[in-house]
Amino acid sequence: MVLKLPKSIGLSQHSAHHYRGKVSLLNHQQNKESQDVSLKKQFDVEEVRKDFPILKRKVHGSPLVYLDSGASAQKPKSVIDTVSRYYSEQHANIHRGVHHLSQEATQAYEEAREVIRGYINAKHSHEVLFTKGTTDGINLVASSFGRKFINEGDEVIVSTLEHHSNIVPWQMICEEKGASLKVIPINQAGELNMEEFKSLLNDRTRLVSVTHVSNSLGTINPVEEMIELSHAKNVPVLLDGAQAVPHKHVDMQALDVDFYVFSGHKLFGPTGVGVLYGKEDLLNQMPPYQGGGDMIEKVTFEKTTYNSLPHKFEAGTPNIVGGIGLGAAVVYFDQFDEKQILDHEQDILAYATDQLSQIEGVKFIGTATEKASVVSFLLEGSHPFDVGTLLDQQGIAVRTGHHCTQPLMDFYGIPGTVRASFAIYNNRADVDALVAGVKRAANMLL
Amino acid sequence: MSTIDDIQNEIIEEFEFFDQWMDKYEYIIDLGKKLAPLNDQFKHDDNLIPGCQSRVWLHAEMENDQVKFTADSDAVITKGIIALLIRVLSNQTAEQISRSELYFIDRIGLKEHLSPTRSNGLVSMVIKIKAIADNLKRYH
Repeated sequence: MVLKLPKSIGLSQHSAHHYRGKVSLLNHQQNKESQDVSLKKQFDVEEVRKDFPILKRKVHGSPLVYLDSGASAQKPKSVIDTVSRYYSEQHANIHRGVHHLSQEATQAYEEAREVIRGYINAKHSHEVLFTKGTTDGINLVASSFGRKFINEGDEVIVSTLEHHSNIVPWQMICEEKGASLKVIPINQAGELNMEEFKSLLNDRTRLVSVTHVSNSLGTINPVEEMIELSHAKNVPVLLDGAQAVPHKHVDMQALDVDFYVFSGHKLFGPTGVGVLYGKEDLLNQMPPYQGGGDMIEKVTFEKTTYNSLPHKFEAGTPNIVGGIGLGAAVVYFDQFDEKQILDHEQDILAYATDQLSQIEGVKFIGTATEKASVVSFLLEGSHPFDVGTLLDQQGIAVRTGHHCTQPLMDFYGIPGTVRASFAIYNNRADVDALVAGVKRAANMLL
Repeated sequence: MSTIDDIQNEIIEEFEFFDQWMDKYEYIIDLGKKLAPLNDQFKHDDNLIPGCQSRVWLHAEMENDQVKFTADSDAVITKGIIALLIRVLSNQTAEQISRSELYFIDRIGLKEHLSPTRSNGLVSMVIKIKAIADNLKRYH
């Protein structure tokens, strides 16, 4: 597979010293139009672990075993350094300043946007909007697209797998407009019922908004097919990519998706920043989401005209360091061959599934054929909270509870699960620690 | 008749036996398993304590001027923690409960060892117990 280079390289070359997070990548690429896999860094989990300083710390006296990357991923040193360097050397407000620092900061911020554009292969960088995160991106679309395109009697389709952030914004706009929310059902394995999906799509459908990868179960949805089916009915599609982008490369043009949202902090970047990709044509038709500075062209008390994309949707001083840090995170993640990352994570997933299944009483929730590296389980006869508490005492960080997917938990008739989510820096030793920890918890609880 | 502080001191002493946190949890789990069951009729929403990751029901009754607490939870560690609270505060007068200062929670390290969600749960339990006592004080 050939990855396209961010087009900003020429731009970046002379300003590389402003944005050192990507210097190494630039050096590799500066004389090439495209970069192929052979140029990618060989993936070695033990080497990767060294890039994440936090993995050296101890929790409750035990070495940290971090299995909660689905909630938030840890940060590589290059991201931490980029953030720290930005504040130490470069910070100023962006876009309006005539002074040097402001221009440097603007350039770094806009270069980050360009790096992200290249990474997700969006056609234009103004289709890449910075947001506060996935939730913010969905709210932006629900509010703005919804205001313009959703009317009384219309329908929006989501799925049983959705995170609350891809349910509630749609409920709010549907309630306001007198539209209704339709839900794609799932089977016991946690896979979407595609026949039901087809029958839900009709002339009243205004948008399909589904998760790319389920945060609670790890199910990878057949998004290509869903986009094709939706487009055949002229229905645009929003994908919640929060749990997809930390594991795989997503290509906006190949997917032909209309909106794609994700969070920076789950992709090894800073918190409080995320991306909403939207097709230019749609974004241009949508009204602004929030009013304020940066999003205007001209303001008078009689009438305000709006700025062009992406600024129209980026009111106020943005999370500048967040955007720049996210750019550095993308550069970090993109240095590895995607297939090697996938192979590694699938190996960890298979190993964890196999090892945990040998513990008496462990019951998996979510057994889809296509799964990202997430294991949700219950220890029969015990509450997820108890298991999580005892794992924590052993330095093992997992997530317990409903994972902000209460309707999904209701489907399974459970209060929640114990979820171990694996990222590029998790190894088989982490799985061994988890298995030993669960065994010890089982001995104490049952 | 032991006072609230007598019982708190007893618990602090018991916890001093454990140097490992896992042993403390083993003890809490054991207390949870042994907690007298709560009649199903009292497991209704009014008795649910908000702010806990697991469900916790707390029921109060007056018996000869004393408040008697019974409780249940679907998580056994939570149940063990509420068993400790009940041991300290049950069978005391509403006035005593309302005036009590629960220093044992900090002293046995429960607060610092419970994550914010869980700690909030513990805080919610205490708030609920005190609210019940205050209420009873007013009407009895």
